[in-house]
Amino acid sequence: MNLPEPFRLLVFLLGTMAFVGANAAYLVWVERKGAGRFQRRTGPTEVGYAGLLQPIADAIKLMSKQLILPPGVDATLFRLAPLLVLAPAMMCFATIPFSETLVPRNINVGLVMVFSFGSIHVMAIMLGGWASRNKYAIISAARIVSQNVAYEIPMLLVVITLLMVTGTMNLHEIVQQQAGGFWNWNFFRLAANPLMPVTFIIFYICMLAETNRAPFDMAEAESELVAGAFTEYAGMGFGVFFMAEYANVVIGCSLATVLFFGGWQSPIGVLPGLFWFLLKLYLLVFSVIWVRWTFPRTQFYGLLNLSWKILIPLSLFILLLTSAVMKLF
Amino acid sequence: MKHSPRQIIDGFWSLLTGMRITLGQFFKPTVTVQYPHESLKMPTRFRGHIVFVRDPETGKSLCIACKACEKACPSDCIVVDGIKREGEKRKSVTDFKLDFTKCSLCGSCVEVCPTDALEFSRAYNLASVSKEQFHCIDLVKRLEQE
Repeated sequence: MNLPEPFRLLVFLLGTMAFVGANAAYLVWVERKGAGRFQRRTGPTEVGYAGLLQPIADAIKLMSKQLILPPGVDATLFRLAPLLVLAPAMMCFATIPFSETLVPRNINVGLVMVFSFGSIHVMAIMLGGWASRNKYAIISAARIVSQNVAYEIPMLLVVITLLMVTGTMNLHEIVQQQAGGFWNWNFFRLAANPLMPVTFIIFYICMLAETNRAPFDMAEAESELVAGAFTEYAGMGFGVFFMAEYANVVIGCSLATVLFFGGWQSPIGVLPGLFWFLLKLYLLVFSVIWVRWTFPRTQFYGLLNLSWKILIPLSLFILLLTSAVMKLF
Repeated sequence: MKHSPRQIIDGFWSLLTGMRITLGQFFKPTVTVQYPHESLKMPTRFRGHIVFVRDPETGKSLCIACKACEKACPSDCIVVDGIKREGEKRKSVTDFKLDFTKCSLCGSCVEVCPTDALEFSRAYNLASVSKEQFHCIDLVKRLEQE
């Protein structure tokens, strides 16, 4: 990109917003289509060819609805929460390298930045639940905090393991290290960490839990908590929470692509990097949808047990193993 | 709650099995019938409200107005009337009214009919904004209109 700096910034800002918006809208369509296919249904078919205009119809519907402010809510926090959910999700895209040259900001601490902004949405959902003055919303807010505290730990332990292998927090450099064939991807770097696939699985499970996707969607839990923290939200306020959920899924999958599957690196050396990045990204997004429509929601203590009793000891063991392997060989 | 490594691996394996099964379903054809655009064909033994059988020779009803159905009906929802026309051996029906709001589709009328003049229709998506529409289904008029 050879544009002068302010224009370059503006282009990336608009591009990121458009990317997040388009993804949020059309991942809803993909999710509904996917859910249909997994259950031998057809999904949306009526609006446009194969229901392709459905997200636009949904958006118009949500935007034309009144933003109701229920009596007794904390008006400032209630209005602020959807913004605080979406804005950090968009911020995370600033360091994700989409291809060799297409990266909004190549920061040395990119990985830390993604994780620090990624954890803000927890606080924002908690604020939304707290401000709603609704018992379901508060239960949901309490659940989401304990869930995210539990899953942040194995997630970061896994990332520390990866950092020991890569030696840099710059996402661009992490991808460059994985150049060459697919056997150079971090996922297959068994010489540095013999349990690399397990590491990826822990990362993936934590990513599902952090983005509140089924089977870990404790925050929403329709059958027991109405819609959790989003119960009192109407119209686009509600819609923004969903946009943020899908934006977070895309970030989680981009990060998994960058950290484990060689980002824009092509496994066979043909086609541009952007193509490979998006292919890997959307395969992972598909797997997230696949998991959602395969497993029922876990119980809350089952969720915490999984983290504290299995994932954290396992990721600590992997951390020790990796340091031992790196020291000895 | 203790987990042996064996249990964890087995549990994870069962999750993968579940995902394999759902992916198998994903690539199978869908089974939804897009109802307003397409509808299922009703099976031959489906019981809609009763209609007259058309005589293939004369194009008229086979009914001889014997009133056996009227007597057989447990909910008294059939009213039949007929006349003896000049030059014809048997009576012919002039009036056959069915109160479908009372009918329980038991089939006694179809069973008792000596000339097999009644059959069940395949009409299943009957809908109306008023109940009165189904108080009086005129089978004679219906046969003429078809």
